Amino acid sequence: MDITTQTTKVPQTPQPSLTDGKPTPRGATRPGDRIFLGLSRGSGILVLVIMAAIAAFLTYRAALALGENEANFFTSLEWNPSGIPPKFGIAVLAFGTIVSSVIAMVIAVPISVGIALFITHYAPRKLGGAIAYVIDLLAAVPSIVYGLWGALVLVPHLEGLYGWLDDYLGWTGVFEWNGGAPRSLFTIGILLAIMILPIITNVSREVFRQVPRMHEEAALALGATRWEVIRMSVLPFGRSGVISASMLGLGRALGETMAVAMVLSSSFDINASLLDTGGGTFAQNIASKFNEATVIGRDALIASGLVLFVITLLVNGAARLIIARRKEYSGANA
Amino acid sequence: MAKRIDVSGLNAYYGSFLAIEDISMTVEPRSVTAFIGPSGCGKSTFLRTLNRMHEVTPGGRVEGKVMLDDENLYGAGIDPVSVRREVGMVFQRPNPFPTMSVYDNVAAGLRLNGKYKKSELDDIVEKSLRGANLWNEVKDRLNKPGSGLSGGQQQRLCIARAIAVEPNVLLMDEPCSALDPISTLAIEDLIGELKERFTIVIVTHNMQQAARVSDRTAFFNLAAVGQPGKLIEIDDTERIFSNPSVQATEDYISGRFG
Repeated sequence: MDITTQTTKVPQTPQPSLTDGKPTPRGATRPGDRIFLGLSRGSGILVLVIMAAIAAFLTYRAALALGENEANFFTSLEWNPSGIPPKFGIAVLAFGTIVSSVIAMVIAVPISVGIALFITHYAPRKLGGAIAYVIDLLAAVPSIVYGLWGALVLVPHLEGLYGWLDDYLGWTGVFEWNGGAPRSLFTIGILLAIMILPIITNVSREVFRQVPRMHEEAALALGATRWEVIRMSVLPFGRSGVISASMLGLGRALGETMAVAMVLSSSFDINASLLDTGGGTFAQNIASKFNEATVIGRDALIASGLVLFVITLLVNGAARLIIARRKEYSGANA
Repeated sequence: MAKRIDVSGLNAYYGSFLAIEDISMTVEPRSVTAFIGPSGCGKSTFLRTLNRMHEVTPGGRVEGKVMLDDENLYGAGIDPVSVRREVGMVFQRPNPFPTMSVYDNVAAGLRLNGKYKKSELDDIVEKSLRGANLWNEVKDRLNKPGSGLSGGQQQRLCIARAIAVEPNVLLMDEPCSALDPISTLAIEDLIGELKERFTIVIVTHNMQQAARVSDRTAFFNLAAVGQPGKLIEIDDTERIFSNPSVQATEDYISGRFG
């Protein structure tokens, strides 16, 4: 190509200079940029609007019920919003929700981290892929199916475990079993653990897979065994990711409705033993009572829903704090 | 205790691909040997066979013998983990453990190897950081994260971590290629000091660096892409850079290649 003819052409079609046209304060004057800015900004605002709408709805309806409530909303063990006067409190629900979710976390987090480590660092590639696929399927099972399985399969098979716990740990009081049907908060905890296992496993797996090769080689070159590599490089790098994964799982466990409602033999009381039949959770209580509730009964249920909403927000906030606290060590800058 | 490395008939594979073929060489204790050669010629792969790091790559496989004094690293019953405790390694990009403090980074290898008292650890950490010419820069921030140091400091931290366990051999895979000239100079000075105590093997793309730091230089080359890399010659550094015995070496160091 002839370079001289090229250069002579340039003055004939002057290039727009940077200062031509309108001032460009934020650089977003091209139509594509403007449209995309609008879309993304709109999406961002939409989230806030939805969140605010939910909070406003919950708060308004809850306030209606709370105005009528004659009992202490936080400590009362009663749930009788249609009574005269209406009396209801969330102590039983808060206890049941938190206890069953904590049991679920205690069971699910170590197993999930173990599965994720096995898939990423121990299993042959094909086996790891197969396991990951099955876990994905597990995540796709609807919660009503877990409920059916829990009620028809899990519950009848837990009596042996209950008897064993009673024999060896019954003296603590926490695992004392009176022989009732194993439809207790403990069973719910096991069921929830199975339900949140896939999400914790999947997120942890992704995090562990992203551990930079050079961090693992650093440990290997020092003479670390495979477990020591995991302890020195993989787990510290994945720590905040595992926490977020667990919080996602916890969020699901706290809000799980259908499976809990189908398996738990609910009653409105707090038992010292985890194995005693009875108790309830926020979501289960709303699902079981909503259809037959009076107007104030519905508002009382919505008030309990507001509490669940706040608990979930607090859990997420706590997770963020934990992650942020050791940010300078997080490995994000490496 | 620096040891002699004696390699004979070494082949390394990635899956079925032969990456380096039939390499034999001897590396004297308390010397610096530099590996030079074009990209893809297998010098890093060869380096990684010397502490059995090659086989952690999926498909990585080695044939042949690597003697460390009178012990074959690839002998039956040899645990690769214990090999890596004897043969330390420093990588191309500084890789301190990001979640650990400066102190814990240096102590990491020691903690793997056994129990130490706090005072013993303190001593070894200080000695290693001094050995890596880093002590004066970090002595007031031992409990700060190692990833907060500059690139050159991080690389010297990695060297301190590697020498803290008193290896017999120190392998360095392009240790300066991610560093600025001043940090590079600091590392090169350090290599000169470290060779009093260790057998050092360094891969470098920088021929001036090879000429500055090494006693012996090995030139690797490959016939074509897809062909295995081979050791062309190994000789005293002075001779390689003034009067090499193979024409290919002369072409490479004088820039007439490809």
